[in-house]
Amino acid sequence: MSGASIAPASEEELAEAVAEAARSGQPLAVEGNGTKRAMLRPVQAARTLSTRNLTGITLYKPQELILSARAGTPLPEIEAALAERGQHLIAEPPEPGPLFGASEPATLGGVVATNLSGPRRINAGAMRDHVMGIRAVTGTGEVFRSGGRVLKNVTGLDLCKLLAGSHGTLGVMTEITLKVLPAPEASATVAVRVADLAGGVRALSAGLGAPYGVSGAALLPDGGGGAPLAILRIEDFAESVSYRAGRLRDELAGLGDASVVDDAEQSRDLWRRVRDAEPLDAEPSDAVWRVSVRPTAGPAVARAVRAAGLPRLMLDWGGGLVWIAGPPTAEAHAAVAAAARAEGGAFTLFRAPDSLRAAVPVLPEEPAPLAAIGRRVKAALDPAGVLNPGRMRAGA
Amino acid sequence: MIRLPDPKPEVLARREEIVSALRRAVPGEGGVISEPLRLKPYETDGLSAYKQPPLAVALPASTEEVAAVLRVCHSMGVRVVPRGAGTSLSGGALPLEDGVVLGLMRMNRVLEVDFDDRLAVVEAGVTNLAITREVEGEGFFYAPDPSSQLACMIGGNVNMNSGGAHCLKYGVTANNLLGLKAVTIEGEVFEVGGRHLDAAGYDWLGLLTGSEGQLAVVTEVTVRILRGPEGARAMLAAFKSNEIAGQAVDAIIGSGIIPVALEFMDRPAIHACEAFAKAGYPLDAEAMLIIEVEGSVAEQDMLLGRIKDICERFDPISLKVAETAEQSLAIWKGRKGAFGAVGRISPDYLCMDGTIPTGELPHVLRRIGEMSAEYGLQVANIFHAGDGNLHPLIMFDANDPASFRKAEDFGADILKLCVEVGGCLTGEHGVGVEKRDLMNVQFTAGELGLQRAVKAAFDPGWLLNPAKVFPLEGNAALVSAPAAAPSRSAAA
Repeated sequence: MSGASIAPASEEELAEAVAEAARSGQPLAVEGNGTKRAMLRPVQAARTLSTRNLTGITLYKPQELILSARAGTPLPEIEAALAERGQHLIAEPPEPGPLFGASEPATLGGVVATNLSGPRRINAGAMRDHVMGIRAVTGTGEVFRSGGRVLKNVTGLDLCKLLAGSHGTLGVMTEITLKVLPAPEASATVAVRVADLAGGVRALSAGLGAPYGVSGAALLPDGGGGAPLAILRIEDFAESVSYRAGRLRDELAGLGDASVVDDAEQSRDLWRRVRDAEPLDAEPSDAVWRVSVRPTAGPAVARAVRAAGLPRLMLDWGGGLVWIAGPPTAEAHAAVAAAARAEGGAFTLFRAPDSLRAAVPVLPEEPAPLAAIGRRVKAALDPAGVLNPGRMRAGA
Repeated sequence: MIRLPDPKPEVLARREEIVSALRRAVPGEGGVISEPLRLKPYETDGLSAYKQPPLAVALPASTEEVAAVLRVCHSMGVRVVPRGAGTSLSGGALPLEDGVVLGLMRMNRVLEVDFDDRLAVVEAGVTNLAITREVEGEGFFYAPDPSSQLACMIGGNVNMNSGGAHCLKYGVTANNLLGLKAVTIEGEVFEVGGRHLDAAGYDWLGLLTGSEGQLAVVTEVTVRILRGPEGARAMLAAFKSNEIAGQAVDAIIGSGIIPVALEFMDRPAIHACEAFAKAGYPLDAEAMLIIEVEGSVAEQDMLLGRIKDICERFDPISLKVAETAEQSLAIWKGRKGAFGAVGRISPDYLCMDGTIPTGELPHVLRRIGEMSAEYGLQVANIFHAGDGNLHPLIMFDANDPASFRKAEDFGADILKLCVEVGGCLTGEHGVGVEKRDLMNVQFTAGELGLQRAVKAAFDPGWLLNPAKVFPLEGNAALVSAPAAAPSRSAAA
């Protein structure tokens, strides 16, 4: 990823840079601040195209729950503007510092392109669920829009969804419109000390199946003293939070030693750590995987990867998101992929040294009909194949 | 008048052969319909102004049979119109003279319910409400609740990305899905997503949702089911003008409260609903809000108290907070009967579906009022106020072709206005045939070209629901000549 870096100051310049790349057939590594370069596969491109100079909030209507910003806008700038009006980003995306050792903040475009969501995913949707509209540039330098600036819109094919999570391989987003929501007035955590991971997921399922609007449900394998700790978050108005947390603690008391962490600061810090996967305790040299399965299959995935010599893990999303850290070897990767497959789920090699992530499939294979459709979609949006080649799959 | 693709003479000529092949693909009793009289029920959908009998109807009972039907159609170059319950308000299931209607209503089994993982796997022909009925015994529900939920089917909901009155809090169909089983036009079965969140790779699940049958035929759906709240209660607030009601909506959301439903009715809608349902709506009001909150009784009291305090600041004509579930139902009664109520005033109406930035509401309602006078047609406005989704009901007389044409023009003008103020053509009903020719208002030729290219990546021969969503002009796969003199059109 050495070589020239282009950071256009306008959408028009960016479109021209992509058009030029398509004409000359010289691929581009597309990024914002480049904080997630270590995600998925290394890009096969000599030049980098960054959106870092496309910054600024272009529209913010708190009463309409709508915010638009240019793709390179640093996330903290958006979060600060929202906080000023008592609102927040719904999907709670992780910060790139703890996971990727990045010193710069993530950009809005980067977070949407990778569809990264935090603990609130379990009841409030993923990053992609809140993308109401985009402006983007195709692989031939054509500017297009999809969606808009309203909360409900089914006009035409939803190319917002197609681009969110496409890791910059189908287009370069230049501006994004998000749905935002009021930030909760208060939050509290119910903690349940359980005997094992299966017991922990039972507590999370019980909590998510109770009528209290649980907005975070994670399982820390060692919550102190070697016993797993299931944690469930309630966020709402202060009266509601104190009422619901008490009821939830009482309902979960039969599943383990249950208590309410009602210190707001402590509760917030706990969920920030879960969001950034800090309880995973990944070594700097570790590879990190994410496995997504149905929640009750989380413990089986954990068992399988532990048996393969990968002891560091944590569970979020009610048990359905398993974070795994361990040595960056092909054997470890094969074990994680097999565990995900066995439970009908999906894996992502989230972070790894180039040597590993260039050598293995970092995502599950797609069924043949979808793979063929995927190649035709890529050809429609990026016929010259200049946008992030190799990022998601070898040779694509 | 809406133009349909030129029928393929070679397909019309091979009708008997095609029907025989379909019968082999769906061998059981009632699998294929080809007798003209029995095709009649399929000639239209919820947009009943348009009618067109299909070539034949295939009613497969399994994914394998769907695949077999599609293989027949693909190999013989036959167009396919997928259909659920036929409740589309945008003509999404309008047949084609040379097309096979592929009805999914026989695929109506609930395959799996899993409360611990909070999901249900159902076939495409299961109705929306049947999913909730299946899980409500355990206190769960399926969140999207379109008005047609008693009849409409989940496969149609997926294809239209249906919403409802409660999506301000719970989201639309796209936000409540985990996975799909679908069949390509070539007859290949594939799955996207699964029983887990956020499958890796391109978001095919998100792209297929709301794709109006353009990309593939959905046969199975894995939905998220949610635990219901402890309870819910509604209040009614009536104001002296649309502007003031709009300001009250802004103030409620600005205070940090997201009600589970926030419905807006203008004066004509209030009067129509009150005459029909005797719900006790204030007839002296210009605008009325129905606001619903959830939680324990104490939480409901707290939220309704705060909302009431906010409404008090806007000089309300009346505020009525339900004290009981029965009173809540009474408040909802008029709104839920709105379509029937308008139907009583006028036997025929068009239900429009644009979305606008909520701040534009007073301006848009004023313009609609002016247009109503210009066109000489009555209109009642019902509006999901929290998310800006507007449902003007334009009343006309279907026995008078001129009246219908005026109503269509009026509707088109409303939708153009929605786009002009920063909104869109359709919030939850879909483009279908109804708004197809307005797509050029919202999108540039380049943008439509990209969407067409994505469609063609799934369906290179333009066989899947080809008269819908995209304007026909310039599409050599569908029409031969410029649209100067439409040779074929659905009877209106």
